[in-house]
Amino acid sequence: MKQFIAFVNKEFRHILRDNRTLLIIFGIPVVQILLFGFAINMEVQDIRVAIYDPTPDALTTGITERIRQSAYFNYQGNMQSMVDVEVAMRKGKLDLAVVFPQNFQESLVHSRKAAIQLLSDSSDPNRGSISTTYATAVIARFQQEQSDLIQIPFQIQTENRMIYNPLMKSSYMFVPGIMGLVMMIICTIMTSVSIVREKERGTMEVLLASPLRLGTMIFAKTIPYMVISFIDFIIILLLSYFVLGVPVNGSLLLLFLVAILYIMLSLSYGLTVSTMVEKQLNAVIFSAITAMIPVLMLSGMIFPIDNMPHLLQALSVIVPARWFIDVVRKVMIQGLGITMIWKEILMLIGMTLFLLGVTIAKTKKRLE
Amino acid sequence: MFRNPLIPKMIVMYPIMVLLVFPWAVSFEIKNIRIDVVDHSKSTYSRRLTDKIEASGYFILNDTPPDYRTAMWNMEQGETDMILEIPPSFDVDMVKNRASGVGMAVNSVNGTQGLLGSNYITQIVNDFSSELRSELMHTLPPQSRVSLMRMAQIDIVPQYKYNPSLDYKNFMIPGFMVLLLTLICGILPALNIVMEKENGTIQQINVTPVSRILFILAKLIPFWVVGLVVMIISVSAAYLLYGLWPAGSLLAVLFCAIVFILSISGLGLIISNYSETMQQASFLVMFFILILILLGGMFTPVSSMPAWAQLIAAINPFSYLTNTFRMLYLNGSTLADVSGNLLALGAIAVVLNGWAVISYKKRG
Repeated sequence: MKQFIAFVNKEFRHILRDNRTLLIIFGIPVVQILLFGFAINMEVQDIRVAIYDPTPDALTTGITERIRQSAYFNYQGNMQSMVDVEVAMRKGKLDLAVVFPQNFQESLVHSRKAAIQLLSDSSDPNRGSISTTYATAVIARFQQEQSDLIQIPFQIQTENRMIYNPLMKSSYMFVPGIMGLVMMIICTIMTSVSIVREKERGTMEVLLASPLRLGTMIFAKTIPYMVISFIDFIIILLLSYFVLGVPVNGSLLLLFLVAILYIMLSLSYGLTVSTMVEKQLNAVIFSAITAMIPVLMLSGMIFPIDNMPHLLQALSVIVPARWFIDVVRKVMIQGLGITMIWKEILMLIGMTLFLLGVTIAKTKKRLE
Repeated sequence: MFRNPLIPKMIVMYPIMVLLVFPWAVSFEIKNIRIDVVDHSKSTYSRRLTDKIEASGYFILNDTPPDYRTAMWNMEQGETDMILEIPPSFDVDMVKNRASGVGMAVNSVNGTQGLLGSNYITQIVNDFSSELRSELMHTLPPQSRVSLMRMAQIDIVPQYKYNPSLDYKNFMIPGFMVLLLTLICGILPALNIVMEKENGTIQQINVTPVSRILFILAKLIPFWVVGLVVMIISVSAAYLLYGLWPAGSLLAVLFCAIVFILSISGLGLIISNYSETMQQASFLVMFFILILILLGGMFTPVSSMPAWAQLIAAINPFSYLTNTFRMLYLNGSTLADVSGNLLALGAIAVVLNGWAVISYKKRG
């Protein structure tokens, strides 16, 4: 036990000596949670719209006026020809064009039918379809106001309630994701690089020659990182709560428990990486490419897992952040208790044990 | 650099793997929303509405629990995303009062998904009500029947340009190419000079009569070649795997990539100059790469960010190249159409590399 404490002490000194790294480790999460918490937003806003109206009349100017007034649209003016519309869209200066036919009002009055074309730049499918939907709604509302019937019969009203996130804030969705991403990257790089550095410099051999048991040594090495990561987590949590206004509806204790589990898992992953590479450069590359893109893409942080093809859903099972982000959303925002999240917790524990097992097996093999 | 066996392997394999797997993960098009229908009415109409929802293709009918509490329990368990509650008097209201209502509760932790789901339901309910309107038309008093028939109809014809099938993969693949370039051509230079510092070989360069500008330029060229190889592999992979080929000119794609690689490698070299250890450099480079990517418009639109964040995007090379690639690939823009972006990228490259030259000090 005394050896163990001495060892932990040594590791702490190693880290605290390097002020600059310490500053970086604590500074990164602060800057990132603030930047991303405020800036990342899925909403489609500021749709740049132009009108092509060859024969303006009362109805077309009415619709144009409605679109100009709508908060979703950023009116870019009337286009002189369809060629102008095409060019503006190709240059990326236009999201949507509302194209009226010749003599719109006349044909509507005479034949009771007229068509409006909505031309959307759908290179971003989300933006393309949503801007079309908004414009359709504006036109439909205008038409309803114009019609002589006050109430259309046989309508069914839908009353919507948004549960858990009534204000539809994007931060409710993204903050747990950012937590998962930032913690994973910091923990993995921190452990893998510092251990591989010892390997590169040869100091690892000295440690391995000490009378400490292998498991104890690995455990002792990770304790300081665990403390640092946990402080990081608390900083992130405080900022999310006080600055970003994300609620903590569930038990704080449970949240901490899950955070510790996740930190242990990420550190174990860093350890595993460190047994697989010999150079610091490779440790960074390996941690970066395996920790960043999979977390961004397959954790449900941005893209819902349910929408993915089955093969990718199966693949996402081995992404630790997926389980962590899921639990944090459930506990922080939905306020659910342990009975609802035990599956995810078991997954986190299972993965940690697996990675630790691999690490110990690989290190032992190296020693033999 | 190529002495290290991991790097050539990564340059070839990583782009292929990323482009093969991850574009499939990206979709906001929501198909399988799970819904619980609490049907208090149990009438023909309510059953027809339920069937219509199930047949729409957007929803999976998860359960038809007897009361709202059970449905809510299902939502907490994560088994369902939405609850539709049909009141007991649904059919009676419809026939007698000619209007009715339904209640809906949506799990909106994921705001976009919640909003889309509720929009779909509203659309289906509206369709259903116009279906009923034509069926029950004869029960109306003749006067309002006439005015209903005389209502003029405006048809709205949407046309989705550049991506008519609304395929998200087409939109994301150019983004992934930029992501790959950023990771590979950002991380490698960031660790390059600092590695020489740790190994002590930098001392030898410091005493050789090579100018700082020449030193930085010489450092840049290998990354430039690596980036170009990554780019060629990515473009071929996108074509072979997804049939995606630039609608604009391929040369423009490569040319913009070259300018971008210079700027991102410049950023890496700056980080390398300021770092003392590889650990510091790796934290810093990941920090900047994450900011470049997440605020660069690849996943979430730049236009929906607050003004200060849009300011960051205005000096973000990632955002310029993502935008340019998408225009070249999908909108069929010409080099002239993207010249503004290209100029900005060039300016960023000059500033960053100038900084890299200045921050490289031969002493200490």
